[in-house]
Amino acid sequence: MSVPLHFEVNGKPVAIEVEPRLTLADCLRHRLRLTGTHVGCEHGVCGACTVLVDGDAVRACLMLAVQAEGAKVVTIEGLSHDAHLTPLQASFRKHHALQCGFCTPGMITTAHALLSEEPHCDAARVREVLSGNLCRCTGYVSIVEAVLAARVAYQKKDGPGA
Amino acid sequence: MKSPAFDYACPTTLVEAVSLLASCKGEARALAGGQSLVPMLAFRIAAPTLLVDLNKLIELRYIKIDNDGVRLGAMVRWRQIENDVRLVRTHPLLVAAVKHVAHYQIRNRGTVGGSLAHADPAAELSGIAVTCEAEITAISAAGQRVIRATDFFLGPLTTALTPEEIIVELRLPPWPTQRRWGFEEFARRRGDFAMAAAALYYDTRPDGKASNAHVGVMGVGDRPQRLAEVEAILNGSVIEPETIAAAERAAAAAVNPSEDIHASAAYRRALAGTMVERALKRAAA
Amino acid sequence: MKPNNALIGSPIERLEDLRFTRGRGEYVDDLTRVGLLHATILRSSVAHGRIRSIDADAARILPHVHSVFTAADIGNPVPIIPMRLHPLPELQPFEQPVMAYDKVRYVGEPIAIVLAESAAIAEDALAAIAVDIEPLPAVTGCGGSDERLFDAHGTNLALTYTAAKGDAAAAFADAPYTRREKFAVQRHTALPMEPRGVMAEWDTARGRLTVWGAAKVPFFNRRILARQIGLPEASIELVENDVGGGFGARGEFYPEDFLIPFAARRVGRPVKWIEDRREHLMAINHARESECDIEIACSRDGTILALRGHAATNMGAYLRTNGAVGARNIVQFMSGPYRVPNIDLTVSMWMTNKTPVGTYRGPGRFETDFFRERLFDMVARDLGIDRVEFRRRNLVAPTEMPYALATITPYEHKDELDSGDYQTTLDRCLQEIGWKEKIALNGKETDGRYHGLAVGCFVEGGAAGPKETARLVLEPNGSFSVYVGSSAVGQGLETAFAQIAGDALEVPLERISGVFHGSTAHVSDGYGSYHSRAVVMGGSAILDAAANLRTRIRVEAAARFDCAPEQVELVAGGTAVGPQGKSIAFSELAGDGLSAEGTFFNKKHTWGYGAHAAHVSVDPKTGQVDLIDYMAVEDCGRVINPLMLHGQVIGAVVQGLGGAFLEHLVYDEQGQLLTGSLADYLVPTASDFPRIRAQVMGTHPSPINPLGAKGAGEGGIIPVGGVMANAVAAALSSFGVEPHALPLTPPTIWQLMEPARR
Repeated sequence: MSVPLHFEVNGKPVAIEVEPRLTLADCLRHRLRLTGTHVGCEHGVCGACTVLVDGDAVRACLMLAVQAEGAKVVTIEGLSHDAHLTPLQASFRKHHALQCGFCTPGMITTAHALLSEEPHCDAARVREVLSGNLCRCTGYVSIVEAVLAARVAYQKKDGPGA
Repeated sequence: MKSPAFDYACPTTLVEAVSLLASCKGEARALAGGQSLVPMLAFRIAAPTLLVDLNKLIELRYIKIDNDGVRLGAMVRWRQIENDVRLVRTHPLLVAAVKHVAHYQIRNRGTVGGSLAHADPAAELSGIAVTCEAEITAISAAGQRVIRATDFFLGPLTTALTPEEIIVELRLPPWPTQRRWGFEEFARRRGDFAMAAAALYYDTRPDGKASNAHVGVMGVGDRPQRLAEVEAILNGSVIEPETIAAAERAAAAAVNPSEDIHASAAYRRALAGTMVERALKRAAA
Repeated sequence: MKPNNALIGSPIERLEDLRFTRGRGEYVDDLTRVGLLHATILRSSVAHGRIRSIDADAARILPHVHSVFTAADIGNPVPIIPMRLHPLPELQPFEQPVMAYDKVRYVGEPIAIVLAESAAIAEDALAAIAVDIEPLPAVTGCGGSDERLFDAHGTNLALTYTAAKGDAAAAFADAPYTRREKFAVQRHTALPMEPRGVMAEWDTARGRLTVWGAAKVPFFNRRILARQIGLPEASIELVENDVGGGFGARGEFYPEDFLIPFAARRVGRPVKWIEDRREHLMAINHARESECDIEIACSRDGTILALRGHAATNMGAYLRTNGAVGARNIVQFMSGPYRVPNIDLTVSMWMTNKTPVGTYRGPGRFETDFFRERLFDMVARDLGIDRVEFRRRNLVAPTEMPYALATITPYEHKDELDSGDYQTTLDRCLQEIGWKEKIALNGKETDGRYHGLAVGCFVEGGAAGPKETARLVLEPNGSFSVYVGSSAVGQGLETAFAQIAGDALEVPLERISGVFHGSTAHVSDGYGSYHSRAVVMGGSAILDAAANLRTRIRVEAAARFDCAPEQVELVAGGTAVGPQGKSIAFSELAGDGLSAEGTFFNKKHTWGYGAHAAHVSVDPKTGQVDLIDYMAVEDCGRVINPLMLHGQVIGAVVQGLGGAFLEHLVYDEQGQLLTGSLADYLVPTASDFPRIRAQVMGTHPSPINPLGAKGAGEGGIIPVGGVMANAVAAALSSFGVEPHALPLTPPTIWQLMEPARR
């Protein structure tokens, strides 16, 4: 069975046909070649596949691509710029909040969703929210520091901007 | 871990949804939040021929609070419950329980109906439903019926629903503001399934003694259960240290957990008692 | 040549982060080729059995299924995966064939490979393959079974190593005090966030095989593959892309490292296999499952006289490329940084019907540290000596170095601790955690929780030889490219090597235009990354290459200046200056590119060392442990990038905490793996251990390499099990709790308290 799918990815319209069983993660990675979203478990535990769907952080491996019909999806590519790092990315780099980089897109996407809604969150809240994103390299301490340090950029009246 | 192949339909009305389920003679499954069903597909322990996606049924996304209590449409997501400020006052036990459900991303998609229908023995919402004597409304092509929560959960991942039915609503009875309540959960890590959890409430009589006690535990059996023995100890008593200790002992004795790779039966038994004890302490504070 | 220090030692932000934070890393599953086929592996669901038949006909005719191959298609004999480290002849009977052909010996063992147009269809096809296996009884424990995994071999005991020093028998005969205990560590695994993957393409026209997804030891793996597949090494290229963590498990030669290239060559189309997580848990190397029965002898003042005893490691069904390392390390490093004059330890490697075992960060060292440090706390209490004082008395002093460790047989291996002042890291650790102030809480209850403190000391051997190669190229635009045989697994090699190269060439970091690692095309001969060797070996090779390149630059400049090379001075920033004030920029000397290779040979290890301490509180009713504070102090010699090193230590500590409290690969009596997903195999999350602190001291450079650096990737994990178990024991001493095994789950701790409660 093939189902038509129309949605928006990183601000651009997409019109394709997909098998119902294709997950949003696999659709983004292999059909649209947006490989920044990573697949670490395919059963909704590790968080490496986190993307934004209509502004909400979701596990792309637990969503069927067809369920994104009419939705606005944003991936790590849509949260990045060629010319410079965003405040969150710069903070991750400054605090050495990544080593192998595999969990990083999911971490940054989740952190961005959190800070966009709760720019005054505290360390406990950051840890709570990120507890759904596994990292095997860093031990998390530097990730929490990086997210906390990025709050100030999200507290600005017009958002973190570039 | 790719899912097996299935057909897919995304109805926009309830009538269409139940008729699709009926047409597949038990081989179709309803897809709500997908946070439990999609992993089952990925592990190939579920292989439906048709998935009926309920996410366009916007009529099931309501939270109504009135004299009938708190009524949650089946497609209400955990996020909505978290964000609904009315619920802190009108059903604090529900709010406390939902805080323990899974993780941030899952809470953006997971639904009330999906969780109830999946019926994990440790699920918080199932425990709240049983403890509070909630009612679940289900609909099929044949019509609608109301199932009491006590009759709904039959075993691990097993409910009273037929394959052609979908849940439309969970109704929690009205909640008086002076009610005393407690929720306590122990999990290995934050967001993991509970190794044991207790949800309880009681009302206080003019003489200071407890009445109408409802004590439920989850994660210690194959489905959530109310502990009548513990309720009997609380009803007509002042909730003080001796009562709480007696309640803890009775809770540990009343449950019948099984062994698994995570914990022994003896441990879960003791843990159930501790959860009841701590929830009671919170309630009485 | 002593490099300057403009870059080395600075907490420079990583170059890799520019792509990783943007999701522009390139991991093997991000790659694709035209005409790509996807592969899945049919794996045994039976732990032990004889294969009667495999019928793949129904799978082969499914739409979009291209082929199905079994051992019969691969040939006779089926290639065997040789051991890379300690390849003793006694161990060869236990090596793994790339595909099961007569017997299956573990759940997860490859039986067939399916190629299809999509990964989903390839997975669908698995169900259509009919496998008839006559089940045999499963062996799950060390010894104690009549069932043989290998019919030709009369026992499941692969080998016993001995670690010996002095005369332990005599020491025990006279000893005023002895204590004997049994301990065990559970089976767990590295669990990198990226599962494995291999992609291969055979270029028929040019007779070249390219394989992507390589990691850790690509050059060695190419050698194995060449032999197995019948091609010259020069016809094979192994490409290392970005790698999502290794920790010792990823990058060793696995069956898929043959099967995928074999399939690609057989069908003439590129083939990609990406491991899924369920597969990963049963297919990637497991680690650490071991038990011991050890005895210590001391004088009454706590001076250690001797250690003896026996350990056993549960190896799984086959000996992996580095399978013997963990076992050997258990006995060689049981003494750690402590003075133990007499040692008689043996370790037996037992084959069982479980997933094969390989190295995982600090192999054998995490286990042996747990065994030893638990014993130490028990002994200190018996003798009425303060636990810290007991350790102080027995730490090897700098004046005693080099200090010989026990000699290992077979494979007569001698090692010695060559440098370090263990008291200083212990002092710093105790000071930082506030031991003097906090010890008053030890064993006491506050607010319903019991508090405990513990400390442990360790050494970390690193920088395994024998050799590493690097090549530096002066590019036409005046920038430099660095090629090195080391492998990146996420540790920040590109940045560290750019710093080392920049300082050696006396140019700023921006002039290093690229660091290329791991792939076999980059250098003539490489050895990769394992045993914390990359910075020392690769870095030192870069120094050699830099010296050679500077010589070449001088020669080129001398030709232009018409003088002798000795008269040319290279000025920091990239200018060559000759007599009579002549000068020329490096870029003008580059031509099409000027390059030089360098190598570094090494037979000795570096020795990082340190101390960790922990403060816990335990909930007596649930058994839950709250880690209030954790302090890790390590001396790593010359630190290249303190930001990265700090990250390595913290990351390693948290993995150690996973091993101490959470992670456990559980099997049943039939050899079925019960922990089949990340919902059952629990690793630490961001909310579990919020307070971990680390301090790196760099006071004792290593004497064995020009950088003075030491391998530092594994020290952080080594003492964690011992420290945590001792902290819990200290907290619950009033209940008489004495942990003998890991993991310390809440139910386990609760159970240990039960006798006292009754």
